[in-house]
Amino acid sequence: MNFTQIGKPLKRYDAAAKVTGKAKYAGDFHVRDMLIGKIYRSTIAHGYVKKIDISKAKALPGVVAVITFNDTPDIKYPTAGHPYSTDPKHQDIADRQILTNHVRFYGDEIAAVVAENDLIAREALRLIEVEYEELPVVLTVEDALANDAPEIHKGTKNIVGKMNYEFGNVEEGFAKADFVVENEFETQTVQHCAMENHVSYAYVDAQDRLTVVSSTQIPHVVRRIIGQAFEMPVHKIRVIKPYIGGGFGAKQDSCIEPLNAALTLAAGGKPVLLDLDREESIIGTRVRHAVKYKIKTGVTKDGKMIAREVSLETAKGAYASHGISPVAKQGTAFIQMYTTPNVKFDMISVYSNAPVAGAMRGYGIPQINYALESHVDDVAAKIGMDPTDFRKLNQVKEGDADPKTKLKILSCGLEECIDKGKELINWDEKRKKYANQTGDIRRGVGMAEFCYGSGTYPVCLEIAGARIVLRPDGSILMQVGATEIGQGSDTVFSQMAAEVLGISTDQVYLESTTDSDTTPFDTGAYASRQTYVSGAAVKKAALECKSRIFEAVKKRKEIAVEKLDIKDSQIIEKNSGKVVMSLADLAMDTYYSRENSNPISVDVYNQTKSNALAFGVTFTEVEVDIKTGTIDVIEIYNVHDSGTIMNRQLAEGQVHGGMSMGMGYALTEELKLHPETGKTLNNNLLDYKLPTMMDTPDLGVEFVETYEPTGPFGNKSLGEPPAITPAPAIRNAVLNATGVSFTRLPMNTQRVFEKFKETGLI
Amino acid sequence: MSDVLKKITFTLNGKERTVEVDVRKSLLDVLRDDLELTGSKKGCEVGECGACAVMINGESIDSCIYLAVWVDGKEVRTIEGIEKDGKLSEMQQAFVDEGAIQCGFCTAGLVVSATALEERGEKMSKDEMKKELSGHLCRCTGYHNIASAVDKVINK
Amino acid sequence: MYDFNKYFEAETLDEAKKILKENPNAQIVAGGSDILVEIREKHIEGLELMGIHKIKELKEISIDSEGTISIGCMATFHMLENNEIITKHIPMLGRAGGVVGGPQLRKVATIGGNIANGAVSADTATSVWAYNSQLVLESADGNRTIDVKDFYLGPGWTDVKQNEILTKILIKKEDYEGFSGEYIKFSQRKALDIANLGCAVICKLDGNKFSDVRIALGVAGPVPIRCKTAEDYAKGLEVTEENINEIGKKAVLDGKPRDSWRASKAYRQQLIEICSQRALTKAAQLAGGK
Repeated sequence: MNFTQIGKPLKRYDAAAKVTGKAKYAGDFHVRDMLIGKIYRSTIAHGYVKKIDISKAKALPGVVAVITFNDTPDIKYPTAGHPYSTDPKHQDIADRQILTNHVRFYGDEIAAVVAENDLIAREALRLIEVEYEELPVVLTVEDALANDAPEIHKGTKNIVGKMNYEFGNVEEGFAKADFVVENEFETQTVQHCAMENHVSYAYVDAQDRLTVVSSTQIPHVVRRIIGQAFEMPVHKIRVIKPYIGGGFGAKQDSCIEPLNAALTLAAGGKPVLLDLDREESIIGTRVRHAVKYKIKTGVTKDGKMIAREVSLETAKGAYASHGISPVAKQGTAFIQMYTTPNVKFDMISVYSNAPVAGAMRGYGIPQINYALESHVDDVAAKIGMDPTDFRKLNQVKEGDADPKTKLKILSCGLEECIDKGKELINWDEKRKKYANQTGDIRRGVGMAEFCYGSGTYPVCLEIAGARIVLRPDGSILMQVGATEIGQGSDTVFSQMAAEVLGISTDQVYLESTTDSDTTPFDTGAYASRQTYVSGAAVKKAALECKSRIFEAVKKRKEIAVEKLDIKDSQIIEKNSGKVVMSLADLAMDTYYSRENSNPISVDVYNQTKSNALAFGVTFTEVEVDIKTGTIDVIEIYNVHDSGTIMNRQLAEGQVHGGMSMGMGYALTEELKLHPETGKTLNNNLLDYKLPTMMDTPDLGVEFVETYEPTGPFGNKSLGEPPAITPAPAIRNAVLNATGVSFTRLPMNTQRVFEKFKETGLI
Repeated sequence: MSDVLKKITFTLNGKERTVEVDVRKSLLDVLRDDLELTGSKKGCEVGECGACAVMINGESIDSCIYLAVWVDGKEVRTIEGIEKDGKLSEMQQAFVDEGAIQCGFCTAGLVVSATALEERGEKMSKDEMKKELSGHLCRCTGYHNIASAVDKVINK
Repeated sequence: MYDFNKYFEAETLDEAKKILKENPNAQIVAGGSDILVEIREKHIEGLELMGIHKIKELKEISIDSEGTISIGCMATFHMLENNEIITKHIPMLGRAGGVVGGPQLRKVATIGGNIANGAVSADTATSVWAYNSQLVLESADGNRTIDVKDFYLGPGWTDVKQNEILTKILIKKEDYEGFSGEYIKFSQRKALDIANLGCAVICKLDGNKFSDVRIALGVAGPVPIRCKTAEDYAKGLEVTEENINEIGKKAVLDGKPRDSWRASKAYRQQLIEICSQRALTKAAQLAGGK
């Protein structure tokens, strides 16, 4: 494909605003007399509030309001950033109240205060007196399913959901296999740690409408959720998203907005800022599911996997949030990656008295991919095959269909990704060199591969809106419902519109703010859907705008629309290239013509009914310090097939960030709870170990560009995938270095030490 | 509580300012809330993320754990004071050109620290430079393009 | 906003002593990077703070005619890293200062604060102890100088009275001349972290034999410690890999680490052994050992 704008390394349109400090985030607005909201959080993990006394807090000078669960509506609502389902059976679980007297995790929200400043608000919190009736703390799947387990949500038996299915017959497959390999794996709880915490402010505007300005990935969905929480029609609610400081899934959930709305209502509609601190953001928003796996593969002597089975369980925390979706989705990745005739998937998700697991970059796939790709290396080792050859023999390719959805793979560059990765890391030579090492410092190379969908079809609705207005000077104003959260979607949308319309990107004006009142509907930034799904809406809008332009030209110049094109903002005759008129002249005339005044404005929606798998690999080299258990990543490369790359520089940036997150997942990040009280032990950035610049080596990125026919420009997902494979690749490199098969994340030095002790290396 | 108010005089982005501050406020609070300079961000409030970094007498510090009264008599530069003659500085331009910006929340602090480094006028290895910037957390970029941008300017 | 009632700005050392004496709720805030974080975490009833930023003499690093090095309490880690007296005579302390937290923190956080608050993870405490430092405590009621070995009373508890200021740290010539040293901070990250184990080792050689070895550990017990058993054992031994390995094993006998969610006792013991060995190996190399 020859593109004029797509693929160009266009600079972010918002870069200058961000590099000068001018970009305004939700916490940056100076509204007159802004009040401060603070949350009273439980100091137990499970139980009921027997008694609460807020009289002293209320009496404190400077306190405007104190509210408890007695003051908020007795309504249960869902929080997940999913499109609403008109089918009641497919709706998100409604198990949340704005404030609660049933404490379900350490830090649950019981009461809240509004005060003139943060010091007074904090003092007011100290003056609230609470007596609890404590219940046993449930932290594991086993605890949750015990016969005498207390119910975290009444009537659920602590089960959020289960799912299982089988294609073929795995028992028969295992019986026919030459070898059967079984492993157990375990992943940890991690947190998104977007640099901007969850923050919003809310007020009642002059038209008596509840307005919430929030750092959210899903402004339109948040409006609906606030409506559900108050049983209030959506026309009474307005949600605005300004610049946002990262989300990664924790802001694909309505964590704070309903409470913020309740606080402004309690304060007579005055503006109230609800700015979570880091400690609250870590425990009180969302985390990634920690999952345990039992995984089993039957393989023939010549390396064909003929039966695979995985069973997984997760204790997902105090509220349903996204329900079973981030766990159920793991089955798709498990089945899709390798074409095995007999596959079986089984999962259970239970409530526990822990911070709430929800969406996080990769939506469950980093977990299953760690288990699967670690296991696959162990299987390859069992039959003595090179892990890349083994994968090539078993993995999906173009033309294969998902056994469950029947969707066919129409583009697949996975094999080329592997070849490229091998070359970058110098695979063959190093695998040999590192085969049999001794000594305290050892090196190894490892890899892992993934596949990942683009959007949520066919499980969920995929709908996106775009609006284009041709302005009098021939430039366009574009509004998209999709949410720019730092990933660069707005910049890429401007390239798409410019591509279709034959104009340059500086003629496309986009506003980063999303306003539920004025921007078209879109479900938001998640599922790596925006270039694929929202991009299709942008393309459709641009095409419609173009045809409206040609109609307008036809009216004026009597040239058939099919003979027209636009190049460099000039309307030309397609064959001769002769300029008919400038787009600016036409635009001006559409506004001010005495005969034909009809300015061009298009407003379209596009429902996507396809999905495309993106593919990719991580290759890495590690150095292991046997005596201290330290793993250093020396070299790391991600190679991706995301179809057409829309903007190489932004795409590389997405990959870098995912790789860094994946390395943290592999080595240092873990949210730890006290095993008895359920209190989070490390909810701060000192004890929760995000990688620093010194921990991060140079990050190598390559793309294998395929053309995906269902993507608006041949493109597929890229946002989440880069975070998936670093952890298993590092794990497999450690296997290559030491011969030790790790089964648990993170591989922090303590755990590596223990494993080396256990296996006799120390 | 008049004994919590104190008048201080300092240079802010090149201009002398005299302001009455609440002694209990951090420099970050005063910049953001009193002076409406919101480019410096609040990411952790304990000096662990660097989003609030500003320059004091040419050196980058975390303004969240620095009392505002301490800037009395000193020179403070924030992200709002990095541009030169209304144009992006070389360092800012390098951040733009190298794709070192994503969500932008860590950007201000990093640009301030990188500018302090640039103004020291020393060339340094990539590892030395990484150490100098290691007081900033970024969750979007994996630091790769940030390191390239800073390297490009200080080792030109 | 930080939760305290009053702020005093001491312009001179005498004034600082006077303020402390007259205001029993007043606490010193040096760089602020510890106490401000602490105040944010918990309400301290009646707290008042006294800043000592403006007292120039507290920032001085000097060496007198007898070779005693004096480090003012308000010397920041950044100053330690870059000061010529330190990098020339006691470079290990400079390097330890260079691995505290992150660069912005090192510009404000001070050695006085690091030592006075008694944190077991304090990166400079081990070096200060390995060099057998003396600590000068001044107050309106008089001054006293105590050995670092008598300074730590318990976890987060040191022998600084409310009315006293730890004004300077003294290191005598005999405690650094001829010594080479290495500090290993073992942590999960290469920056912005606290140590799982801090290990400061200095040694002096006589030919290829250890004539003096000092091993100081942080996070190996309730307070920073010295490894007496290992140090005594080391004296007079030839510099060999086997001997160094054995010295590391002896250091484990001196450590009193405990299990915590950050690291287990067994793992910390492993780190004591390995880090002592590695630091001593490096120190011996720097001292010209073979």
